[in-house]
Amino acid sequence: MAYEEPVTDYDKIVENCTCAFCGSNCDDVDILVKDNHVVGVRHACRLGASKIMEDEDQRLTVPMVRDENGELVEVDWDTALDKAAELIAGSVRPVFYGWSETSIEAMKPGLELTELVGAVIDNQATICHGPTVQAVQNVGYPLMTLGEVKNRADMVVYTGSNPMNAHPRHLSRYTTIPKGWFRKRGRFDRTLVTWDPKYSDTAKLSDIWVPFEENGDYAFCNAIRAVLKGKKLKQDVISGIPKEDIYELTEKMKKAQFGALFFGLGLTHTLSKQRNIDIAIQLVQDLNKYTKWVLLPMRGHFNVNGFNIFMSYEMGFPYGVDFSRGYPRYMIGETTTIDLLNREECDVFMVIAADPGAHFPGGALAHLANIPVIQIDIHWGPSTELADVVLPGTFIGVETAGTSYRMDSVPIFMKKAIDPPETCREDEWIVNELLQRVKKLREASK
Amino acid sequence: MVEYILKNGIVYDPINEINGEKKDVMFMDGKIVNSVSDDAKVIDVTDKLVMPAGIDVHCHLAGPKLCVGRLYRPEDERRGVKPKTDITRAETGFSIPSCPATGYRFSRMGYGTVVEAAVPPLEAKHTHEEIIAIPNIDIPPLTLFGNNWFVMQFVKEGNIEDLAAFVSAWLKITKGYGVKLVNPCGSEAWGWGMNVHGIDDPAPYWDVTAREVIRGLAQANEMLGLPHSIHVHPNDLGHPGNFPTTINSIDCMKDIEKNSEYRNQTIHLTHAQFHCYDGTSWRDVTSGAQPVADYINKNDHVTMDLGAVTLDETTTMTADGPMEYDLYELTGLKWANKDIELETASGLVPFIYSGRNPVHSLQWAIGLELALSIENPWQVALTTDSPNAGPFIRYPRVMSWLMSYQRRTEMMDNKEVHAWAGRKSALGTLDREYDFYDIATITRAGPSKIYGFEDRGNLSAGSIADIAVYDLEPNSFDPSRNAAAVEKAFSNALYTIKDGEILVKDGEVVKVVSSKHVRTEVQGFEEEEKRVLEQIMPTFNRYYTVKFENYIVHDHYAEPSSIYKVNASK
Repeated sequence: MAYEEPVTDYDKIVENCTCAFCGSNCDDVDILVKDNHVVGVRHACRLGASKIMEDEDQRLTVPMVRDENGELVEVDWDTALDKAAELIAGSVRPVFYGWSETSIEAMKPGLELTELVGAVIDNQATICHGPTVQAVQNVGYPLMTLGEVKNRADMVVYTGSNPMNAHPRHLSRYTTIPKGWFRKRGRFDRTLVTWDPKYSDTAKLSDIWVPFEENGDYAFCNAIRAVLKGKKLKQDVISGIPKEDIYELTEKMKKAQFGALFFGLGLTHTLSKQRNIDIAIQLVQDLNKYTKWVLLPMRGHFNVNGFNIFMSYEMGFPYGVDFSRGYPRYMIGETTTIDLLNREECDVFMVIAADPGAHFPGGALAHLANIPVIQIDIHWGPSTELADVVLPGTFIGVETAGTSYRMDSVPIFMKKAIDPPETCREDEWIVNELLQRVKKLREASK
Repeated sequence: MVEYILKNGIVYDPINEINGEKKDVMFMDGKIVNSVSDDAKVIDVTDKLVMPAGIDVHCHLAGPKLCVGRLYRPEDERRGVKPKTDITRAETGFSIPSCPATGYRFSRMGYGTVVEAAVPPLEAKHTHEEIIAIPNIDIPPLTLFGNNWFVMQFVKEGNIEDLAAFVSAWLKITKGYGVKLVNPCGSEAWGWGMNVHGIDDPAPYWDVTAREVIRGLAQANEMLGLPHSIHVHPNDLGHPGNFPTTINSIDCMKDIEKNSEYRNQTIHLTHAQFHCYDGTSWRDVTSGAQPVADYINKNDHVTMDLGAVTLDETTTMTADGPMEYDLYELTGLKWANKDIELETASGLVPFIYSGRNPVHSLQWAIGLELALSIENPWQVALTTDSPNAGPFIRYPRVMSWLMSYQRRTEMMDNKEVHAWAGRKSALGTLDREYDFYDIATITRAGPSKIYGFEDRGNLSAGSIADIAVYDLEPNSFDPSRNAAAVEKAFSNALYTIKDGEILVKDGEVVKVVSSKHVRTEVQGFEEEEKRVLEQIMPTFNRYYTVKFENYIVHDHYAEPSSIYKVNASK
């Protein structure tokens, strides 16, 4: 990469903005603004900075409705909102999916709309850390905030995740490199461990790399648990790891003063799914008999955790909540988005701040292509190609303020740095507008 | 301007020493008044039981712990599901109900104010977000200070003035009402998987003891003249033989002078039931309620709430992290933990209290024994430390037990509880029965005094019109022989009136209003606050993982607010 001159031509710096990319929600980002445009970003990682900087690229700027020729055509806000409201009001089994990249403030009218029409509301957890939530419901949830790790941890383990690529400032801002109260020398006072079949960029930085076989995570964690319980390992090699290494690693984990285990989708989506997480959680619980250990799932989107928290306090269930009977139901495999689409139950699909077109399996997408789809988003993406109504929102944390919850559930109020484009509307406004219009339509049909 | 008159009720208003008089209660514009015009709307409650609306002094109802509980216990959420109506939203949950359900259920029981007992400052925004989602009750949150690193540092230096400034600033930052201590120094020790035992066992590294933290925060609290005293969950919760720690925790700060006209205490001991065990293990455990009750009977600087066990399946949750891990080791049920940087720990474990279990039965007995052994009901408040000893919807059942010796004896005779309840506690020998005046004292008047809520918990002119009417006729009803009827009536208020609006009628919610965030703001300490903030900011910036600007609870999270302004006397 060529050297880039620092940005000096700007009107003002907006300090301590919160990055709206991954679940690390770094809240020390300085945004350089000139003529109401972002011209520079300080402190953010490359992922965060590029999201904030290159925002104008493929930006959705005007509402659109698909015409009879199958082309998206620009319309005014009233037309687009009325069309969307009609679709929702006339639907039998609507699903409102997404929410992980918008604010809690936008979720509030969204839930109200869900309750009003008896829809299903769901977020990206349904395809990412859903198995984690299932495991948590099985065996428990020994968590901490990230500052606990920064100040105390002398051993940090990453498994099934590669934060150097996916959460680039996780190690440098929170867990491994910073100097903590009890870890005055920062990185030198900590042992960094990666359990991963791949020699990932995180593994390259680590003091210990445990390359167990693919799908070997369940057996590997179990082996450590067995050793912790004083059992002898009967096989010489477990999941591709020599048993001597497992004994040694277990001993190190027992001797740590404060250990933290971080896991990502590499653990939730291999062969044993939520059972992997069951074992990982129980491993941490077992370790607490000897010393202090905690864990944390590496949440992806900046407010994916926020949606789960919001739904839990509002309605008692974290995701995949079905209101079709007038009360909330939560049954994984029954009230979750992919299953509703695969069974072709859903007849109107609204997606907000998510891109199912890029992430959903083929069968689910095939059904999405057959039903009306309403999209609320800031960028053109695969989901736009599926959408029949497109409502352009604004960028939380840059153009609109709002509340989000970091991966460790610390709430952060994300402030705004610039004004949104004139033709776009805030997510909260759009969802609330849909709510009011659907209410009117229902009143009229009574 | 609508005037109302609640006509001919039998009124219990202990603050005004009204003990079952037949009289009218009048209100206008959300306030109680002495007279109304002839145009006043009449609500006929002839011969029905009328009290100020209930005040719960200690409940876990909003915040991060609750949310972990809801997220990881769908089995609890699936209990108590109710569909939406034209007025109310759907309800879920039994021990950890969803926010709307929490508001409706308190409202149905005739409660108007409920204290959220533990708010970690870093996640205070979350608590306030939940308060916004809970309707119909005012909520004062207590901010956690007992294991805060800055607090420990000031205490270590003996710097009480800076500590007071810190407390004052942090109450503003978190939009909190009062000062809460949970297992002081013990939750910090849990940062290393350890605990402290007794009030003289120092936190590792900090070399500060619970005695010093309790005394320091009590002094700071009185220096500021906060409306509530320090609110203490002492060390050694739930350990057999912990009652001396409990007494020591209260006694160690006895000499600290009170600086508040309205309240009588300088320390509030919370969920005392969990802190009154004698013996050395769960095999030889017996009740330690008598020595604690004796101490409280002889000392008026302390008030307490019960933490009465209701014998239900529930969810335990506390900022006492090490205790929850002990509980997990004991029960093997799923353990959740949530340590908060620089501030506190916390944990959760589901718990199944059963009348067939000897220990649970003894715990049940101890809660009631305390209430019946402490002579002055003004020093007692009714709680179940909801949801720890049982969900708050069981308060009416606890009232029915306190009001009926017959029912208590019946439970012990019929083996509804294990023989340990009678054998290892003095409950069987206590034939005292609470009357309606006492119940009004421990659920309304006492809590009002304890919290310095001059504007509620009483029916004085000028107070807010928070009133509960129950479908009982005290003049022709014997609560000691009708425990089931007492429970039913207190569970379903005939009317719950909040700020002069009828929210519940015949046990059903008829109106939904926003809850107020009740908080204190100290005035006259601004200079000191500024100086202390400047002093601690380098440490804050280096060791927290959020920026100070993003740490504070912005005003819009606490709307609508009810602010108690305090003039610090210094």
